[in-house]
Amino acid sequence: MRPKKKWGLALSLAVMMSVVTACGGGNGGNTNNGNTGGNEAATTAPANNGGGNAAAGDKKITLGFAQVGAESGWRTANTKSIQDSAKEAGYELKFSDAQQKQENQIKAIRSYIQQKVDVIAFSPVVESGWDTVLKEAKDAGIPVILTDRAVDSADKTLYKTFIGSDFVEEGRKAGQWLADKYKDSSEDVNIVELQGTTGSAPANDRKAGFEEKIAANPKLKVIASQTGDFTRAKGKEVMQAFLKAHKDIDVLYAHNDDMALGAIQAIEAAGLKPGEDIVIISVDAVKDGMQAAADGKINFIVECNPLLGPQLMEAVQAVVDGKEIEARIVTEETTFTSEQAKEALPSRQY
Amino acid sequence: MGGKLVRHHLFWPLCVLGALLLFNLLYSPDFFSLVLRDGNLYGSLIDILNFGAPLILVSIGMTLVIATGGIDLSVGSIVAISGAIACLSISKGTDQSSIMLVLTAVGASVLLSLVLGLWNGALVTVTRIQPIIATLILMVAGRGIAQLITSGQIITVSNPNYEYIGAGSLAALPFSIFIVAGMLVLASLLTRRTALGLFIESVGSNANASRLAGLRSRTVILAVYVFCGLCAGIAGLILSANVSSADGNNAGLWYELDAILAVVIGGTSLNGGRFYLIGTVVGALIIQTLTTTIYMIGVPPEITLVVKAFVVLAVCLIQSEAFRKTLKLRWKKRHYPAEQEVTRHA
Repeated sequence: MRPKKKWGLALSLAVMMSVVTACGGGNGGNTNNGNTGGNEAATTAPANNGGGNAAAGDKKITLGFAQVGAESGWRTANTKSIQDSAKEAGYELKFSDAQQKQENQIKAIRSYIQQKVDVIAFSPVVESGWDTVLKEAKDAGIPVILTDRAVDSADKTLYKTFIGSDFVEEGRKAGQWLADKYKDSSEDVNIVELQGTTGSAPANDRKAGFEEKIAANPKLKVIASQTGDFTRAKGKEVMQAFLKAHKDIDVLYAHNDDMALGAIQAIEAAGLKPGEDIVIISVDAVKDGMQAAADGKINFIVECNPLLGPQLMEAVQAVVDGKEIEARIVTEETTFTSEQAKEALPSRQY
Repeated sequence: MGGKLVRHHLFWPLCVLGALLLFNLLYSPDFFSLVLRDGNLYGSLIDILNFGAPLILVSIGMTLVIATGGIDLSVGSIVAISGAIACLSISKGTDQSSIMLVLTAVGASVLLSLVLGLWNGALVTVTRIQPIIATLILMVAGRGIAQLITSGQIITVSNPNYEYIGAGSLAALPFSIFIVAGMLVLASLLTRRTALGLFIESVGSNANASRLAGLRSRTVILAVYVFCGLCAGIAGLILSANVSSADGNNAGLWYELDAILAVVIGGTSLNGGRFYLIGTVVGALIIQTLTTTIYMIGVPPEITLVVKAFVVLAVCLIQSEAFRKTLKLRWKKRHYPAEQEVTRHA
């Protein structure tokens, strides 16, 4: 039995190692994560021992960024934009990947506080539960900038600004385009909606903004609305059921490109032409979505821009210089029709 | 005769499935209509079979694992890994039209899923880690591995040969149905036409007694985990081929739970021992029909899970003999208190 026991030990060691590499894998191309960040404190602390913001003027600015994870192409583009523009601005970037877990993000933010970075920026995984750690940062005199997603803290002084997309506005843009397209329609326009993950901010807001704009025209009717969890497979499955349950769908509004892409497959399987028999509106403008738009399968895409690195760096500089900045910075976003998508496609970064 | 019918293990699952289908028929009268479109059958029933195919496949593997008294939580992760590897190898290929490329990709996925199944089996048999923990390791780490393979991106492929696995049709039916039927026949033949099924059941009832009786319990257990890995791997291929993309984060998410539910609805006990493959298939079909029903009738997404939970609860209660007995007794008491009295005094 004895050698067998050793085998067991070896196996369990191997398990541990595979778990560790897997965790590393989720990080994608990131340099360090929250845990290793703690060890680095010793080496980087002397460079910052002036502490606070006053010394930052002539020293290299250190930015601690706690990313949500690497869950989609959108997020990867977001990460890359932040890393590239930090490099360009000459800042030292400490980057951590929370793998969609709030506790990892809180850990990372605490380690940034210990390391006395000049500015902390992060994309909160969820909206609530940030007051304590934000208070710690405030007490340590480190300004915090939120990117991409908001927090629901009542105390707005806990963070300097929130840079990110306005999801309601994205919904409004989609609704406006549809309302314009069908403003002279004499018949009812039947709309089906593929929602994002139930309860998530982008799903709630994109739905609300869209409904706000189409409400003016009683001919525009949402006849079915169901969640597709932001995924392609669910988008396809739900759209197939929609096509069976409703014979006269005119418009599809999907809360992201992936669901629209899945739905396009379902529409094609039903013998209909996406973009012609059913008008498709989508949000995000990731590469696959833009390709579909250029092919005429998606009629209108509202961009949700992940490239907020340059705007973040501007805000960091302003905060370090002690300038007042706006409490809400909206990322620059545009929309694409099929023709515009065809033109823009070659120069897209993500 | 009637009593025998009611006592058959498939009676209640089939009743539930029938009730669900009937409900759909009442709700939309052309639910059962099948149209021939471009030489393919097209209709809700086909959708249920097509989208249910991966779940049925995973559940078949899960049935055998559960029959040995184990459980495999890692199937969802294996689904993701298998799809990721296949899409990665296809996207790396130079000649997209070559059938060899798809065969290599499928071969790589199947091989990898066998290895992952072997890993689970080895943890359970060699190191004697409890199955729920042993497979939990791969469940957690597997998503990481899948994301490592796809580098956190959704890999999109446009290869008609690969797409055929999940979305193509053969003889007017989705090709995935044939894969499932093939695996079901294979599993049935192996377990019902050879002694293997009996071995599995005896190991599930009492592994030690089976070993003392001369059965190689460990080999049997190892084999069912490998088979379960294989089923999950093929399911992953179908799922990712159906949408021509691999999503390391979401593919097969929570599949393990649906599969376990399908097995239990099908009448196999989580304690191990007797197992019912056809029951599992019916269980998986119930779950998929329920999902489709929810989309068809337009249940708001906020309460979808509650509706699902209620139906599942109802199914489990109907299946529970103790519950049926209590219900019967209550019914009798309420209506014939005198009769109760008589039996007591007699």
